[in-house]
Amino acid sequence: MDGRTPFAGTALQKAVFPNKLLPYLLLAPQVAITIVFFYWPASQALYQSMLKEDPFGLKSQFVGLRNFAQVLGDPDYLNSVKVTIVFSVSTAVLAMALALFLATAAEKVVRGKGFYRTMLIWPYAVAPAVAGLLWLFMFNPSMGTFAYLLRSAGYRWNPLLDGDQAMLLVVVAAAWKQISYNFLFFVAALQSVPRSLIEAAAIDGASSTKRFWTIVFPLIAPTTFFLLVVNTVYAFFDTFGIIDAVTGGGPAQATQTLVYKVYNDGFVNLDLGGSAAQSVILMAIVIALTAVQFRYVEKRVHYA
Amino acid sequence: MAKIELTDVRKVYPGNVEAVKGVSLSIPDGSFVVLVGPSGCGKSTLLRMVAGLESISSGTVEIGERVVNELEPAERDIAMVFQNYALYPHMSVRGNLQYGLKNRKMASDEIARRVDAAAKMLEIGPLLDRKPGQLSGGQRQRVAMGRALVREPAAFLFDEPLSNLDAKLRVQMRAEIRRLQRRLGTTSLYVTHDQLEAMTLADKLVVLNSGRIEQVGSPMDVYEKPASLFVATFIGSPAMNLLPVGEGGVPGVSASDHLLSPGGRPQILGVRPEHMRLVAETDATQPGDAIFELTVNGVEVVGAESFVYGGLPQGGPEVAVRVAGYSHLEPGTQVRAATSHDAFHRFDRESGRRIVVA
Amino acid sequence: MIEKRGIGRPIAHVVLILGVLIVAFPIYYTFIASTQSLTTILRPPLPLTPGDQFVPNYSEAIFGGIGRIGGVDVLTLLFNTLVMALGIALGKIFISILSAFAVVFFRFPLRMLFFWLIFVTLMLPVEVRILPTYKVMVDLGMIDTYAGLILPLIASATATLLFRQFFMTIPSELVEAARIDGAGPLRFLKDILLPLSKTNIAALFVILFIYGWTQYLWPLLVTNDNQMNTIVIALRKMVSFADADTPWHMVMVTSILAILPPVLVVVLMQRWFVRGLVESEK
Repeated sequence: MDGRTPFAGTALQKAVFPNKLLPYLLLAPQVAITIVFFYWPASQALYQSMLKEDPFGLKSQFVGLRNFAQVLGDPDYLNSVKVTIVFSVSTAVLAMALALFLATAAEKVVRGKGFYRTMLIWPYAVAPAVAGLLWLFMFNPSMGTFAYLLRSAGYRWNPLLDGDQAMLLVVVAAAWKQISYNFLFFVAALQSVPRSLIEAAAIDGASSTKRFWTIVFPLIAPTTFFLLVVNTVYAFFDTFGIIDAVTGGGPAQATQTLVYKVYNDGFVNLDLGGSAAQSVILMAIVIALTAVQFRYVEKRVHYA
Repeated sequence: MAKIELTDVRKVYPGNVEAVKGVSLSIPDGSFVVLVGPSGCGKSTLLRMVAGLESISSGTVEIGERVVNELEPAERDIAMVFQNYALYPHMSVRGNLQYGLKNRKMASDEIARRVDAAAKMLEIGPLLDRKPGQLSGGQRQRVAMGRALVREPAAFLFDEPLSNLDAKLRVQMRAEIRRLQRRLGTTSLYVTHDQLEAMTLADKLVVLNSGRIEQVGSPMDVYEKPASLFVATFIGSPAMNLLPVGEGGVPGVSASDHLLSPGGRPQILGVRPEHMRLVAETDATQPGDAIFELTVNGVEVVGAESFVYGGLPQGGPEVAVRVAGYSHLEPGTQVRAATSHDAFHRFDRESGRRIVVA
Repeated sequence: MIEKRGIGRPIAHVVLILGVLIVAFPIYYTFIASTQSLTTILRPPLPLTPGDQFVPNYSEAIFGGIGRIGGVDVLTLLFNTLVMALGIALGKIFISILSAFAVVFFRFPLRMLFFWLIFVTLMLPVEVRILPTYKVMVDLGMIDTYAGLILPLIASATATLLFRQFFMTIPSELVEAARIDGAGPLRFLKDILLPLSKTNIAALFVILFIYGWTQYLWPLLVTNDNQMNTIVIALRKMVSFADADTPWHMVMVTSILAILPPVLVVVLMQRWFVRGLVESEK
C-alpha cells in the first residue's frame, strides 16, 4: 500500500479524463455482477431471515425477528458458536506460532533461504477439502498409518467417535494449510525491523532471546494482529471444506462450525428462515471483523 | 508557429479559490516568454490552462488564430515538457518519442525521420533503445525535450523542466534550451520559480504574484525598472535593499533632500547591492552620492564577489553591499557605503507600485 | 552484525528442516500412497518409499474412467476446474481493472457511491450468503453452468482495491503527457496503464487462480451433474466415511492431480505470488 487510506483519494488532485459516459460503461460489469450476485442475495437473506416457510415451501409468513430469537436460543447454535471459537482460536494460534517460529529461523540462516521458502509455501495451493482428505487419510482409524502407530502405542485414537480428537484433527489440518501464508508475512515483517535497533540492543547487552521478545516482537505486532484477523476469518469461512471432508461436522456436532451449520440447516434440513437468520448473523460478524481490520490498516499507516 | 493570446483568463477552483485572477498576455510568434513567480502564484495553473490540462473558468486562450478553450490538449498543437519528465517507463526512448506521432497516424517514414532528427539535435542517438529507467537525470531531460521536439508543434510549454537537475547540469541545459528555441523559432512558454533561469532564458518576462501579473517586460526592463516592491525583491539576488523613508529621511543615510524627503505619500527607497560600493573615509565621493553608515554584521563570500551585510545606526532593515573579490571585514567594523542617486528606485509605501520620477 | 559463532545458525537449519518435513510430509505421503495398491494401503503402516503401482494407478485414473466418480474421467474434472480457476482469475482481473480505472481516472456524478457499492463487498465471502445466492442461481438457470461456477465468486472488491491503490501511484504527469500525445482514455489504458500493471496482474492472477482452483462449498452447491464437477468436489465424493469401499489408491492419485496444477503455479510464479500476497493484503 502506498501509505494512503483507502478513501484518501477523494481529496487527491489527480489528472483525469473529461469523458462523461465512459466511466459508467467501465464500471458497468463489476456493478452489475455485484448487484446480481451480492446485493440481491444479501437482501434476500435479510428478507428470508424474517420469514417462516411451511414444510412444503408453499406458504411463508412474516415473523419479524422470531427466527433470530429462535436461532440464538437454540442450544445447537450456541454449541456451534463455542465450537467455532475453539476451532478458530486454536487454528490461528497454532498456525501463527509455528509460522513465526519458522520465520525467525529463516531470518537466521544465510544459505538455503530460497529453498526453505519454496518448500514451505506450497500447502497454500492445496484446496482445504483436499488438505482435509490428506490428514484424514493419515489418521483414519481403519487404515491410517498414524492412527495405527497411535493405537500401537496404546493410545485410543478414534476421531470418528471422539469429539475432542476430531477437533484436534481438523485444527491441525486447518493450521497446516495456513502456515505458508503466515510464514510469508512474518518473514516480510521481520525483514522490515531495522537492523540498527537490533544492533543497539546487542550493544546494550541483550541476549538474542531477549532481543526477540523486547525489540522484534513488539515491532512486528501490527503484522501479528493483522494475521490474527486474517486467520480468524480463514478459520471461520475457508475451512468449510476441511470440516466437510474430515468430520462432516461430527461426531455429535463436535466440529460443527457456524458456516457448516448454515449449510447444514439450509441445504440438508431445509430450514430456510433459520439458515437465512444465521447468514445475517454471520454477515454481521464479518462486517465487525472487517471494521477491526480497517481500523488497524489506518493505524498501520502511521507506523509505515 | 503561432502566437498565443490570453484574454482576461481566470481560474476558480471549487470552494471559490481563485488561483488565476484575470490574466491578459500576448505571446508573439516565435518568442520565448517566461512566467516567473513564487510557488502558488498561479504560473503553473496558467500554463496548464494553455495546455488544456485545466479547464478555463473564464476568459479566452487563443493559439494561432483559434480559441482553444474547449479543445482537448492533443488538439491544441502544443507540446509540453514536464518537471518530472513524465516519460513512459515501459517504452524505449524511441517509443517515447514516437508515441504522440503514432497516435496521430503519421506515416512511419516521417516518424523515423523526425525521431532521427530530434535524436541528432539532442545527441541522444545512442540512447534510443534504452528504457527511461536506465538513463541519468540529464538524459531523461533530453528525451523529454525530444518528445516535444518531434511533434513540431505550434508552441512548446515548459513546466519547470530543469528543477530536478543538479546545479551544473541546469546551467548547461538552460543554455541548450535557449539555443534550440532560437534555432527552431518555436513560440515557447516557460514556467519557473528560479529568477536566474527566468532572466537568462526570456525574451519577455512575466512576473506573477498571487494570480495576477505584476510586470511584463524584457528581463533588463524588469531588472532595471521593477514595477513594484514585489518584483524588486523577487528579481535580483541578494534582494534589493529597501529603506522606509520617514519625515526625517532615512536615519544613517545622508543624501540630498529631494531624495530623502518625500513629497506627499510615504515612500520606500530601493537600491540593489550591486549598485553600492564601500568607500574609505578619505575617498572623495561623487557629488549627489548617498552615503550609508554601516556596522558590519557579516560577510558572505561567493568567490568572485562578496556581500557585506551591515546595519544602519538607528536599526531598521539590514543593507547588503556587493564588493568585488574577497572581503576581510570583521563583524563590528564601521564602514561607509555609497551609491549614486540614479541607482535609487522609489516605491509607494501603500500600494507598493513604482513611483516614476519626472 | 557479528554474532558469537554459536549454535544459533545450525539450530535454525534444524528447525527449518523439521518445518519443511511437517509441511511437506502430508503431500509426500499422499504421493507414496498413490503408488501403492489398495491392499497395501488398507494394511497399515504404509511404507515410506514409493511402491510399484505408479503406472497402473495413474493410467487407470487418467485413461481408465473411474466409475466411482460418477463415470466422469479425470481430464473432464481437471478441465472444469481449470475453466473455473481461469474464469475467476481473468474475469475478476478484467472487471477490476475497468472499475478501478473508472474510479481513479475520471470524475463523474455518483463516483463515490459506486466506489462504496463495490467496496462493501470486501470480505463478505460467498459462504455467508450461500442459500440466497443459490436461489438466485436457480432463478437465473445457472445451475450446472460454468457461468454459475464463476460469476458469484467474481463479485468481490479485493482486486478492485488493489488496482485502485496501484493506479493512484501513477504520476498525474504521465496521464497529462499521454493526453498531449493524443491518447484518449482507452488508448491510455491499453498503451500505458496495462503494461505498467503487468507485475500486479501477474501477482493477482496467481492468487486468484489458487482461490478459484481450491473452491469447495460453491461448486458443491451449484453443480448437480457429475459432468460439471470440479476435481476437488469429485474427490470428496469418492470418499465415504469409515467405509472400506473407498478406493483410497485412486483418491490419492486424484489428490496428487488436484494438488499439482496450483502448486506448480505457486512454485513457478513464486516471485509474483509472494509480492501479490504481501501487497494485496496490506
